[in-house]
Amino acid sequence: MAASPVLPKLVGQRVKRREDPRLIQGLGTYVDDIKIVDMQHVAFKRSDVAHGRIRSLDTSAAEGMPGVKAVLSGAQIAEFVGPMPIGTPFPSPDHHAVAVDAVRYVGEAVAVVVATDRYVARDAADAIVVDYEVLPAVVDVEQAMTGQPAQVHADFENNLAVALVPSGTGVSADLKTIDDSAIDKAFADAEVVVSQRMLNQRLAPTAMEPRGVVAHYEPGKDTMTIWSSTQNPHILRSFIAAMNGMGQDQVRAIAPEVGGGFGAKINIYAEEYVVAGLSKRFGLPLKWTEDRSEAFLATTHGRDILGYIDIAATRDGKVLGMKLRLIADIGAYNMLLTAAIPTLTMMMANATYDIPAIRTTLTEVFTNKTPTDAYRGAGRPEATYFVERGMDMLARELGMDPAELRRKNFIQPDQFPYATQMGAVYDSGDYGKALDRALENASWDELKQQRDAAQAEGRLVGLGLAMYVEVCGLGPSSSLPTGGWEHSQVTVERDGRISATTGASPHGQGNETTFGQMLADQFGVPLEHITIHHGDTGVVKQGIGTFGSRSQAVGGTAIHLAGAKVKEKMAKYAAALIEANEDDLVFEDGRISVKGAPDSGKTFAEIAAYAYVPVPLPEGLTPGLSEEAFFEPANNTYPFGCHIALMEIDRETGEPTLLRLVAVDDAGNLINPLIVEGQVHGGLAQGIGQAMIEEVRYGEDGQPLTGSFMDYAVPRASDLPRFEMDSTVTPTPVNPLGAKGVGEAGTLGSTPCVVSAAVDALSQFGVTHIDMMLRPEKLWQIIHGGQS
Amino acid sequence: MIPSAFEYERASSVDDALAKLAATGGTGKFIAGGHSLVPLMKFRLNEPSTLIDIARIPGLAGVREKDRALEIGAATVHHDVATSAVLQAQCPVVSDTAATIGDPQVRNRGTLGGSLAHADPAADYPAVMLAVDAEIVIQGPDGGRIVSAADFFQGLFTVALSADEIITAVRFTPTRTASYAKLYQRASRFAIVGVAAALDVADGTVRSARVGLTGAGSHAVRLTAVEEALVGRAATPEAVAETAEGAGAGLEDVNDDIHASEAYRRAMIPVFTKRALVGAVARVPA
Repeated sequence: MAASPVLPKLVGQRVKRREDPRLIQGLGTYVDDIKIVDMQHVAFKRSDVAHGRIRSLDTSAAEGMPGVKAVLSGAQIAEFVGPMPIGTPFPSPDHHAVAVDAVRYVGEAVAVVVATDRYVARDAADAIVVDYEVLPAVVDVEQAMTGQPAQVHADFENNLAVALVPSGTGVSADLKTIDDSAIDKAFADAEVVVSQRMLNQRLAPTAMEPRGVVAHYEPGKDTMTIWSSTQNPHILRSFIAAMNGMGQDQVRAIAPEVGGGFGAKINIYAEEYVVAGLSKRFGLPLKWTEDRSEAFLATTHGRDILGYIDIAATRDGKVLGMKLRLIADIGAYNMLLTAAIPTLTMMMANATYDIPAIRTTLTEVFTNKTPTDAYRGAGRPEATYFVERGMDMLARELGMDPAELRRKNFIQPDQFPYATQMGAVYDSGDYGKALDRALENASWDELKQQRDAAQAEGRLVGLGLAMYVEVCGLGPSSSLPTGGWEHSQVTVERDGRISATTGASPHGQGNETTFGQMLADQFGVPLEHITIHHGDTGVVKQGIGTFGSRSQAVGGTAIHLAGAKVKEKMAKYAAALIEANEDDLVFEDGRISVKGAPDSGKTFAEIAAYAYVPVPLPEGLTPGLSEEAFFEPANNTYPFGCHIALMEIDRETGEPTLLRLVAVDDAGNLINPLIVEGQVHGGLAQGIGQAMIEEVRYGEDGQPLTGSFMDYAVPRASDLPRFEMDSTVTPTPVNPLGAKGVGEAGTLGSTPCVVSAAVDALSQFGVTHIDMMLRPEKLWQIIHGGQS
Repeated sequence: MIPSAFEYERASSVDDALAKLAATGGTGKFIAGGHSLVPLMKFRLNEPSTLIDIARIPGLAGVREKDRALEIGAATVHHDVATSAVLQAQCPVVSDTAATIGDPQVRNRGTLGGSLAHADPAADYPAVMLAVDAEIVIQGPDGGRIVSAADFFQGLFTVALSADEIITAVRFTPTRTASYAKLYQRASRFAIVGVAAALDVADGTVRSARVGLTGAGSHAVRLTAVEEALVGRAATPEAVAETAEGAGAGLEDVNDDIHASEAYRRAMIPVFTKRALVGAVARVPA
């Protein structure tokens, strides 16, 4: 009789993150921990005006300071550092790494200092004197669209970066023909129309580790190594090589420990270009570490999309059509993906509903603010927010239970794959199941009674519910200029341990754990015998990176495929050594043996050793156990879920307290439910943060008013209730793991359900919508007779 | 977030600290927890030549009982104030207030004396110091002096403390019938409005009261009209709450910023005054 397995199967288990012991003990190596002999330090002089022409730049005092190696103006930098890259097809203004003649947002770099240490560099930057001709700052996005009070870029009339892109029902793929008949009919037939202007406000990503770069050009070898706090070292390598006129073989990009990215570390930044360019020019290793003040100004912001939504419906709650006009305040420049983010809002406007006609339009507008780019969810939370708040308003208008209105309009399970009005093809889904589970977990009917009872006592208690569907697992390659695949190489080493590389570049996702769990099961070896290598283009041959909740669905599949190839070859070696048929072998408990006869086999290490000293060499085999795989997904994945919030608002002060947050998320098959919960926790915190306490604000002069943690609130644990979490499992057919991705999900449903709960609590005052954030004063004004 | 260059010295005693400060010719600053000073230095809004660290001067930290009064050393961190068994038993308003400051990291480093000397208009301690009628114990080159809290807070970041003096302690007669209520600014956790109320109650009647307000204006003040209205009132929630109506109405200087408008702050003064008073009454022994 076979002994019971020594090694339990790990996929699906709540395995603790292997990354955490080193991180919580301070044993991680971040960019700022990198030190190289002769390394010099870079500081940036940054604009303190939002909009102006540079009249003069006096660097003489800075140049004379002891320890200062060089001071360079934007024009001098532009001689060897090319324009900043833009990964979207829309027309874009020139964007110098360092401003040459004009500045367009507070925080834009205007000069660069190289010095012996960070403090000298900063002192010298302070000693640079810039004289600006200050121009009116463009701050209000709708005013900006009239060209007032100024133009941010001369060639972009009325500040329109993207004048108007239509999408949805009746719009041809090339945008050349637009047929409005279906949407017009929907609104003509409507018995009810709800309309609302909503702002999905600007946020600062605020990763715990600000950005940082170390660049080391070695003239003797003509190679460059660049360490950066990035989400995608392979993409960085491509751009750094091209900008420096080097080959990709000559550049190695390393993302060491990265202390959070939240999308803001996808972008290729001026500081990366400048530090790399200067290192090549001087032949010296250079470091720049962003400080928190810089991070609020010079790291991209997120969201800031204004939405005008109209929903047409019948009295019994069937949605006939939807219009969504989007205006994105993208700040001063197009960064790598800036222009693309709001297109994801359009793409996901169909939400979880079977809507016969949708018309969306998108306008993107330059203002004198920090440029926007991806921030956790990147366009999809905005879509979810607009549609779900709109559905909430419709439910209120119809006097319908918000859950019933959703249910009435869901795409049904038998409709998948479902081609949306927006051109997406949803892979799989069972929205009713997630809704039902959430209602059950929240005790929805009881909760409504509790709310009514509380309101009858004069308490301001409200309930909010939101569905979401997200697009994750980005590619495929047709959707990304970088390619949308992922790569892995899995190697069984000579001692039987396993090294695996992944082009995903985790910065909190826990891939060392989840990918290790998969390989442990695949090969029947202990997790401790597996090392996942990532974040280094010198070690990981190819990769795209981590964004769009793609690590598990795309990167994990590449690992799985590479592992399967190695396993197939290893089985042949094992078959030869133990004289068995390879099809009869099992990999279990650190042995490879004939199924049902564990004593027949050899240890994993013995087979590995044989493959590297293959005497005799089995016919048709080559030495070694190392295989690679690219995985190109055929489609995105579309995870979904339902979030419910219970909120109480203090009648006297307007302070909102989130009492409950019930989340049901469906990310397909889960490799590690503990890590999934952690991802959802963080997403919920940031989604609730947006609803309740986070907001980047600017003054009329374009000065940032929330430039430090004294004024910009990020959620603390004490701001949040204990999350009540659960999941349903609807696997995706898009990849063999059935996994969809979950990194951003928490930010989608939580934000609208929290706002809807606040509206519900205050509905007795006649309010039907409240723009975020839920500032106590704003709520107090509603309660005490002001308007929303 | 990179300060200008500065020298650093650690003082071994209060006299040593004063001597070291004098030696800087007016360009040095004392540092204890540094939770107000260091951010200012990182923003380069304050660029002292020398920091003289007073945090580890023997005897400068701790909560002590002296006769019938309590004394808190100036270098006592907020966490130690918040968790002091003596304060929790004899004067819980002080420990409660400390527990509302910032977050655990701030409370583990920031000190009572530092907060009082800095006098941020939204700091929590000034309101409670006014309510318990604390004496601020000060040492200077010419010896010691004592300033009452009522005279100490003079303006925006301005207190009755010379640049060459050091706060060594605060002293007050403990009272259990006192309470602090605060509207949090969600980013900094400072007070948008914070009110501390202390009531002297005998035979179910308020004999005297002190009510301190922070966050609303340039510096903490006493709400004297409320205090006067309280005298002779029954020590019941309803009776004391009535006196909060219109609290702060006479204030000329009320802040208006991105976190709260002047109108909202004015509206919140009576709300938090009421809450502080009701909280204080709740501590009157049955």
